[in-house]
Amino acid sequence: MPEERTVTLNMGPQHPATHGVLRVVLELEGETVVKARPVIGYLHTGIEKTMESKLYYKALPATDRMDYLAPMSNNLGYCLAVEKLMDIEVPEKVKWARACLAELTRVNSHLVWLGTHALDLGAMSMLLYTFRERELILDVYEACGGQRMMTSYIRIGGLAHDLPKDFDRKVRKIVKVVAERLHDYEALLTDNEIFINRTKGVAVISAEDAIDYSLSGPMLRGSGVKHDMRKANPYSGYENFDFEIPVGKNGDAYDRYLLRLEEIRQSLRIAEQALDGMPEGPYRAHVPGVVLPPKEDVLYKMESLIFHFKIITEGFEAPFGAVYQAIEGPKGELGFYISSDGSNKPHRVRVRPPAFVNLAALPLLVEGSLFSDVICAIGSIDIVLGEVDR
Amino acid sequence: MGLEEKIPDSIILTSLDKVVNWSHKRSMWPLGFGLACCAIEMMSTFAPHFDLARYGMEVMRPSPRQADLMIVSGRVSMKMAPVIRTLYEQMPNPKWVIAMGACAACGGVFNNYAILQGVDRIIPVDIYVPGCPPRPEQLMDGILKLQEKIDKESVKDRHEEWGRKAV
Amino acid sequence: MPMEEKVRSFLKSLFSDAIIREDNFREQQSFYIKPDALAPICEELLHDGELDIRFLSDITALDWLSHEEENNGRFEVIYNLYSLSQRYRFFLKVRLPGDNPQIASITHLWQGANWLEREVYDMMGIRFEGHPDLTKILTPDELEGHPLRKDFPLTYEVPQFSWNKDQPPKVIK
Repeated sequence: MPEERTVTLNMGPQHPATHGVLRVVLELEGETVVKARPVIGYLHTGIEKTMESKLYYKALPATDRMDYLAPMSNNLGYCLAVEKLMDIEVPEKVKWARACLAELTRVNSHLVWLGTHALDLGAMSMLLYTFRERELILDVYEACGGQRMMTSYIRIGGLAHDLPKDFDRKVRKIVKVVAERLHDYEALLTDNEIFINRTKGVAVISAEDAIDYSLSGPMLRGSGVKHDMRKANPYSGYENFDFEIPVGKNGDAYDRYLLRLEEIRQSLRIAEQALDGMPEGPYRAHVPGVVLPPKEDVLYKMESLIFHFKIITEGFEAPFGAVYQAIEGPKGELGFYISSDGSNKPHRVRVRPPAFVNLAALPLLVEGSLFSDVICAIGSIDIVLGEVDR
Repeated sequence: MGLEEKIPDSIILTSLDKVVNWSHKRSMWPLGFGLACCAIEMMSTFAPHFDLARYGMEVMRPSPRQADLMIVSGRVSMKMAPVIRTLYEQMPNPKWVIAMGACAACGGVFNNYAILQGVDRIIPVDIYVPGCPPRPEQLMDGILKLQEKIDKESVKDRHEEWGRKAV
Repeated sequence: MPMEEKVRSFLKSLFSDAIIREDNFREQQSFYIKPDALAPICEELLHDGELDIRFLSDITALDWLSHEEENNGRFEVIYNLYSLSQRYRFFLKVRLPGDNPQIASITHLWQGANWLEREVYDMMGIRFEGHPDLTKILTPDELEGHPLRKDFPLTYEVPQFSWNKDQPPKVIK
């Protein structure tokens, strides 16, 4: 009887299609994948331990560097968790501005996903198109926070500075331009026979398996489960906006592609509503001793100067306890569990990474299918190694 | 009245160094190697807005055997360090390394157990580009400085230099 | 009856001796339970149709070394459970002793717990009995120890002086 033997192939950390430093050890029998085992940890940075040694304010820029494609949503999650811990109520303008920026961040992340996913499957021109749209969003980031990617613009208690004067004009331009260009992307990919053959019926996951594996975000919604943190447990003023949650049917890569395109449209809709209804008001909460006072006051008032000095050097003391705040990041449920021991540094900051939990389902998605489906599956899960490894 | 009309029946005199350096710097093939956030800015540099193809670097080779420029973009963790060393040794001479970003240059924001404090601890680096992440214009400035550095190289001390670099 | 009441009455009716205490900081309900009762409680929660706790969000662990809380147990493992239809979240917290911390694994109930428990083992050193593949996942294989424990230093300082480069001082690790 002929012996069945498999070939062990190593899709190493340096690979053009693994979106960073992911290593997948595959056992192949011909072209069929028998076993797939992802090996991670090549970007482990010890961010959680670094955040334990810094004050609450100083730990904020470390959150930018985790999911580096959607930096503002990491900031938002951390700030919401700290505000919950300290029981701070932010002004209305801050909530609306944060929601608008979080939606722009979602568009940013999905555009990069679209470009790299299509690049893996052979459509090289998509990368060039989506990065061109992304430049408009990075322009808004630079106007707000001074930096193209790691802005740390969303701070504890509010925003770093007031919104720039041309914020309204720039975001409206983005909403108009990206909505038009989405038609171009659809024309290139949606009815394209090659794209359909490579993504339809590939990397299928059923709804029961998705809940069993604790998937979230487009992976869960693509299988038919209508669950979105923005509607389920609204945060930062999302209950004021009118938007829909797209849901897929089959749970394959093609459904997830259509779903993410629709999410871009809904995000643009929310951003436009946020601009239309943006209330006036302060851009930071007034909680002396915890939230930094605005710079104009620091230059002229004595109490603000003293508070500013004290907060920067010593920080504020948090009450003993632990909180968890989950937001709907572009990849899924991004959660921050902050445990405080009563001092001015966090005792433990745990980041619940959506990409890490989603990646654990990779063996289920690819075992039994062809080798080229592995590339499609990795792209369809939408991983960012900075978040998986932290 | 271009040079091409005169070439077929004339002789151009120049030094070998100039021709070799000119061909090296004007068509470098970068290795497709992105680690973390700086990789996204590197991809933006290759994208149409800040086009890097005008410097001849359009072809991004995924295999190290066919590349000659390694742009280490992103933080190098302790688990990844042997992999980078292996990749560097697989690249054939002549090769250059650009350490892009603060984490590749000196460990960056992260001074802890898991991050190698600067990639120059394991491979020789030619150009350091600071920033977190550096703007695409900064990366292009680094590449132009690398081209200026290549201009100063010479064929005669190449073997010695490569012998030193291979250490 | 609001979800908080339902969960409390469900747990008290079935496992009243396993609950040490209940906490409600910032309106987030959490129960401190005994380690042996974890797997039975999770199984009952999974099969109860009314509460519909089918989603395991997160498993994480804390280290209370050199804090007064250490008297109750050095390690604390936190299970973050969520109900999709009722949109309610609550926590189960377990205290474990400092030397040789062990707890039953729940990978037979939720497949998502596989990698989450591996990370807790790698970072904190808590062993999960019954886990199919309890190995390191994030740290390099050469690294000994568990980084997120409080007695693991953040970084090793390497002193660099030019005048005693040949005889560097001994670094106390």
